[in-house]
Amino acid sequence: MKVLVAVKRVVDYNVNVRAKTDGTGADIANVKMSMNPFDEVAVEEAVRLKEAGKVSEIVAVSMGVSACQDTIRTALAMGADRGILVESDTELQSLAVAKLLKALVDKEAPGLVLLGKQAIDDDSNQTAQMLAALLGWAQGTFISKLELGDGKATVIREVDGGLETDSLTMPTVISVDLRLNEPRFVKLPNIMKAKKKPLEVIKPDALGVDTSPRLVYSNYREPPARKAGIKVPDVATLVDKLKNEAKVI
Amino acid sequence: MSVLVIAEHDNATIKKATLSTVTAASKIGGDVHVLVAGKGCQSAADAAAKIAGVSKVLMADAPHYNHELAENIAPLVVKLASGYGHVLTPATTMGKNFMPRVAALLDVAQISEIIAVESADTFVRPIYAGNVFVNVQSKDAIKVITVRATSFDAAAAEGGSAAVESVEITPAAGLSEYLSQELTKSDRPELTSARVVIAGGRALGSSENFKLLDDLADKLGAAVGATRAAVDAGYVPNDYQIGQTGKVIAPELYVGIGLSGAIQHLAGMKDSKVIVCINKDEEAPIFQVSDYGLVGDLFTVVPELTKAL
Repeated sequence: MKVLVAVKRVVDYNVNVRAKTDGTGADIANVKMSMNPFDEVAVEEAVRLKEAGKVSEIVAVSMGVSACQDTIRTALAMGADRGILVESDTELQSLAVAKLLKALVDKEAPGLVLLGKQAIDDDSNQTAQMLAALLGWAQGTFISKLELGDGKATVIREVDGGLETDSLTMPTVISVDLRLNEPRFVKLPNIMKAKKKPLEVIKPDALGVDTSPRLVYSNYREPPARKAGIKVPDVATLVDKLKNEAKVI
Repeated sequence: MSVLVIAEHDNATIKKATLSTVTAASKIGGDVHVLVAGKGCQSAADAAAKIAGVSKVLMADAPHYNHELAENIAPLVVKLASGYGHVLTPATTMGKNFMPRVAALLDVAQISEIIAVESADTFVRPIYAGNVFVNVQSKDAIKVITVRATSFDAAAAEGGSAAVESVEITPAAGLSEYLSQELTKSDRPELTSARVVIAGGRALGSSENFKLLDDLADKLGAAVGATRAAVDAGYVPNDYQIGQTGKVIAPELYVGIGLSGAIQHLAGMKDSKVIVCINKDEEAPIFQVSDYGLVGDLFTVVPELTKAL
């Protein structure tokens, strides 16, 4: 079985992003970019499935500017077999990404698509569900455990009340949560090997997908700042402040 | 045009996040209708009819709507959506699961986790772990939206008298099956709606030590939450996680204990009215957002605080 894994290039999770002062965007010039942490978990899961002999080929897909090739190379160094970049210099919103992924799924015919549950830049948490809808497939979202059986996948989902176990008909789309696994560190020889793995670059037009944005973003700004607080010397002062100043206990 | 709210419920009662979503719907303008889809959900539908500001309740009662499987719920919402300008649901794990499926089937964008309504087509949402707010305008004919419940006051659960109307059942998709759930049992208030939340981080060191927080929480009638680090370490279950990828809370009082205040955690709690932190590292970023910070060893301070209350 072939697996498709979607990986997004995002601002590194350690960067504290600010709005540009003129409100036209987030100020992300010259900041460190990395693979979306949830997508790393998705790649790791695909590699583990391959190591367990349940998967024959892993195709890592990314979408966006040319530099997304770096993100795909990281996936290849982790153990993916080949990469596809759908290259676009214009913004690709979730629905467009889902449509492009569907076009690739139609072409590649994987039995499983793995994605991170959300990208840590726009925090939308949509693409996997949208892809499943467009394909007419079952979806397993926010999963912390995946077991592949005969024509079925059993997933444990992290939900608000705890954990939920569902059975999904294969092929299926899975969005992964952080506790599914711990992604491996990439070793230098694997980075060298990844450079030789095939990476195909195609344009959205070639997939026949209209990627025009549906949402217009404006007035990027800082959230309202909290007023500065104080340090209290001891528990008695804290209790007094909470009772008599903040009046919350 | 009317607004359709998809209710989160347990077939008997309506979840509080639904009440906040009704408030968001009212801000858009037009009649507010509520869809209650479930199995044996008449009581929940009757409860929805009493919510102030709701003019009609649509009820879809069928076994395959139980547990809100996205593959079964989405076609129902899609079928009903054509009569509405907006479809809203809480940004809980239920809403986040099925709503993008609805949007894709309608061929419209989804606006995730709005925190304010600017106008009928423009909404405010946080991005980059809440470090940036942005206005999002949708040009689609139907606006599909998930709502951050903590950003909107709950509509009154009583006072309305909407009619309940049964709607036609859509067929089961036959793609997915609910097997079981393992819910965390607790006598405490629910994390997202608790008035007081005590949160613990990695410095707690073990699940046994989290009991220190339980004792404090008992005194305050509080819910207990945690950082991702504490959940990953196995000290507490996943549903305790507060933050960018966990739960978003905005209690009257938040007490962060033995946690540094990573931006991913702050994203889930910085709308709390009063923030208190207890940490032995006075350089920890959590002090920068705290109204009251106490530098000290949690293992001495927390029992002392519990005793003082």
